[in-house]
Amino acid sequence: MARNIITLIAATVCASLSTWNLMAQEELKVGEFASLTGGSASFGQSSHKGTALAIDEINNAGGLLGKKVKLITEDDQSQAGQPATIVRKLISGDKVVAVLGEVASSKSLEAAPICQQNKIPMISPASTNPKVTEVGDYVFRVCFIDPFQGTVMAKFAAGKGWKKVAVLTDVKQDYSVGLAQFFKEGVSKGGGEIVKEQSYSTGDKDFKAQLTSIKATKPEAIFVPGYYAEVALIARQARQLGIKAPLLGGDGWVGESLLPVGGAALDGCFFSCHFSADDEAPVVQDFVKKFRAKYNGTPDDMAALGYDSAMILADAIKRADGTDSAKLRDAIAATKDYPAVTGKITLNEQRNATKSAVILGIESGKFKFVESVAP
Amino acid sequence: MIPYPRLALLAGIAFAIGLSWAPLNPYLYDIAVGIGISIILAVSLNLVNGHTGQFSLGHAGFMAVGGYSSAAITNLVAPHFLGSSTSAVLHSLAFLSALLAGGFGAALAGLLVGVPSLRLKGDYLAIVTLGFGEIIRVVLQNTEVVGASRGWSIASGYAKTVNGYATIVPYTNLAWTFALAAITVYVVTSLVSSTYGRGFLTVRDDEVAAEAMGINTTRFKVTAFVVGAFFAGIAGGLYAHFKQYLNPSGFDFMLSVSAVVMVILGGMGSTAGVILAAAILTMLPEWLRSVAGYAWLPPWLREIAKNRMILYSLLLIVLMLTRPQGLFGDVNATRRAVPGRLRRKA
Amino acid sequence: MIEFLQQVINGLSLGAIYALIALGYTMIYGVLRFVNFAHGDVFMVGSYAGFYLAPLLIAGLAAEGAAKPPWTPPFAKNSLAGAICVLVAAMLICAALGIIIEKLAYRPLRSRPRLTVLITAIGVSIFLEYTGQFVFGVDPRYFPEILETHTVGNFPTERWHFLNLDDLGLAVTNVQLIVFVVTLLLLFALRIVVLNTRMGMAMRALSSNPTACSLMGVNNDVVVSFTFGLGSALAAAGGILYALMYPSIDPLMGVLVGLKAFVAAVLGGIGNIPGAALGGMLIGVVETMVVGYGEHIGIASSYRDGVAFAILILILLVKPTGLFGKSEREKV
Repeated sequence: MARNIITLIAATVCASLSTWNLMAQEELKVGEFASLTGGSASFGQSSHKGTALAIDEINNAGGLLGKKVKLITEDDQSQAGQPATIVRKLISGDKVVAVLGEVASSKSLEAAPICQQNKIPMISPASTNPKVTEVGDYVFRVCFIDPFQGTVMAKFAAGKGWKKVAVLTDVKQDYSVGLAQFFKEGVSKGGGEIVKEQSYSTGDKDFKAQLTSIKATKPEAIFVPGYYAEVALIARQARQLGIKAPLLGGDGWVGESLLPVGGAALDGCFFSCHFSADDEAPVVQDFVKKFRAKYNGTPDDMAALGYDSAMILADAIKRADGTDSAKLRDAIAATKDYPAVTGKITLNEQRNATKSAVILGIESGKFKFVESVAP
Repeated sequence: MIPYPRLALLAGIAFAIGLSWAPLNPYLYDIAVGIGISIILAVSLNLVNGHTGQFSLGHAGFMAVGGYSSAAITNLVAPHFLGSSTSAVLHSLAFLSALLAGGFGAALAGLLVGVPSLRLKGDYLAIVTLGFGEIIRVVLQNTEVVGASRGWSIASGYAKTVNGYATIVPYTNLAWTFALAAITVYVVTSLVSSTYGRGFLTVRDDEVAAEAMGINTTRFKVTAFVVGAFFAGIAGGLYAHFKQYLNPSGFDFMLSVSAVVMVILGGMGSTAGVILAAAILTMLPEWLRSVAGYAWLPPWLREIAKNRMILYSLLLIVLMLTRPQGLFGDVNATRRAVPGRLRRKA
Repeated sequence: MIEFLQQVINGLSLGAIYALIALGYTMIYGVLRFVNFAHGDVFMVGSYAGFYLAPLLIAGLAAEGAAKPPWTPPFAKNSLAGAICVLVAAMLICAALGIIIEKLAYRPLRSRPRLTVLITAIGVSIFLEYTGQFVFGVDPRYFPEILETHTVGNFPTERWHFLNLDDLGLAVTNVQLIVFVVTLLLLFALRIVVLNTRMGMAMRALSSNPTACSLMGVNNDVVVSFTFGLGSALAAAGGILYALMYPSIDPLMGVLVGLKAFVAAVLGGIGNIPGAALGGMLIGVVETMVVGYGEHIGIASSYRDGVAFAILILILLVKPTGLFGKSEREKV
């Protein structure tokens, strides 16, 4: 019986095998994997919108190498285990020339070894954990990395004269833990002091216990390197408990519900991110205009980075004048001073983007550009 | 039950080794390995949920323990013995010991869950196992040695030359996966159909009567938990060495539910049905993925196809309402599984 | 000392929410002897009901850019009557939802083993969560302030008070007090319904022996529907108050809260109404203390989510009937 069933499975697998070989090749295929549903869907949706906008724009301008570009997007449902399967599908089933994705570092870390093994270049729009590009020489990213972001905020706090700082980390997110670590190192180097470390998990709604114990140490600022959904509630509850110290954070703060939920509680807080839609640079305003025309909304960081990842790939394909994987890899690696929406991008030897971070402040319910910090 | 279990085992292993020459592209290969892992997971859960009539909602936790224990051997212990050796035999031995470590690690966890669970029944047991699964996840998330929430990469593998360049391929391949799946099926079916193993069925059919007959029901329950957890741990080890990356968030409640759905769809207690259900449910999301891509379907239908959990849940509800014995379950076995006193209760 | 008192207050206000949801759990279990896994998700639907209803009933709540309601909302901003109206409407919607779920998914299974019903309940739970993601969107939504949150300076009221919280350095919000009061009110209301009404008597009868109950002329179906309606209405009340306290709602918000409320119900002795309330308070306080002081005994605050489950396992090992539960003898 078991044998019969296993044979049946094999037959099914072989039957589905045959459908894959009928794919036509007149288009230039680019693969994308993103969390379009599930827990981190809001980031995935944003970066996907940016990427799709870039591909549209490339096709309207006549495509690449005389071919139309086809973006094949697969949803990993924010689930561990999915990215590996999907990227294998994109590479061997769809025969894509390059892979774009993902926002979350844990997902990129899962897909990167497969791209590396198959020698298909992968460009992550927004995975900021240093480990991602350490996987191999076919893995790139267009964003800065956590050590830089953490240090930027540590320096910013020191510049404001905040010496006693508390840290509230989201232990469920590698991103938050990494950022907190580099922030703490930066603060210690700058002569500051971490007075309290507390933690929570994504999805928590009550932070009063953590905040009460933080309050007792009287910090001058609180670093909350989490995601917007929790940050907004943390800000509210901090003010309700009578904590007046400003909150500091990273690019995870950018999200639709941050300001409505946080409201006045967020006034006077600061965070680092990749870009500001209020930036007056023509390349940014042009992008914002196009984004508004297509989606009827203001682009956020993830959308800008998704857009940049596709544009940098397109630029490299043009320079490589072909899609041979080794040549394409070299062309991506040679990206220098590309005028991207999120700043001038140069890829360094570790295949990370070196570019400036933007610090935004929040004033009466609006983001306000504070400064741009060069690496 | 499966006739000639030893023959079936040999056939299964031969099939597994034969499968490693199948001309599969990496995507299909990925799915095929996924099927093998699901089969191990579902068949082992079936021992607990189907044959012994307990209800565990924490199988993902055992799988996580197995995955992390085996990864610990590969990442922390094996390098000291292997050095820079590229011998496939040595590496296979290292992998085998990693898998066994995963299995025993999970079995130990199974013992820890099994012993307290003796006092509990039905829905309480379900919630406690769920709680254990969550605790395991929380602990892993807070353990820095294994990467905590960042996840843990496993870099070791077989050295191989693919398309002219040297590369490292994952330890887990189709031969390993299906050979172990065959062994799992063999052990579970032989165990249950042995004279000793009838004890599992008596626990399921009527615990009070079994006890009155002098059967040590406690022991059978714990055995079921430990053996089930052992194979879940093996599945975790295979998974870890295939994806080469582990993250605590991957072993959440939903994974346990998926395993439960496989057992229920296949029919609690029916090994053959559960194997088939594991295969179908592993391929279903990939099939739904292509359905979601069909442009001629109405958009809302494509949206639903993208959201496989909605379909899973509907499948569960409809199945329970219409065929609680599962698609391939034996009607009589299920009727036997329901003691009269429970049938009467609201 | 003040820090400790503040943590106790934090714990109690969190516990009050758990207690509120645990009431619904324990009631359905008490009558039907089955764990309604979907309870936490009905709670979620309750907050979304409030989210959509509030701008229609209370003026000045329509979010920026959102469509204005087609009529002038009958209630002024920040009016107690408006808030109660939203609460009651959401409770009615969820009561209807609970009755429908029971009719479609649980009733046909009533003569089947409890495990079958439990699996169905898990199915219903997942269905509500993911359909919620599909219908409401995955992104968290801002729950409108149907009552403005402010910190309370004097206790119990501004004019007549014996405690000045500001001077003590304690922070208590009006919403925390409201949650506390509503939980207590519902607790007593529920006790009255169960102990002093005909329907309550029927519920108790059904719980002790369904067959005998129907032979005595009770329509079991009606009683079960009523129980589900009441339990789901309680979940909705919990959803609205929870959203008032933590105004960011998402389709998966009910999962963890639901599980913790279940633990609370078990801790208090499942089926026991005051026990559930007390269990909820206990879990809230223990969780808060672990976060606040756990590091002194070697438990990082990040283990918080494990705490409730550890309590559950412990209580089931030591006293499976819970703190106030009655043990039930199994008849062969």
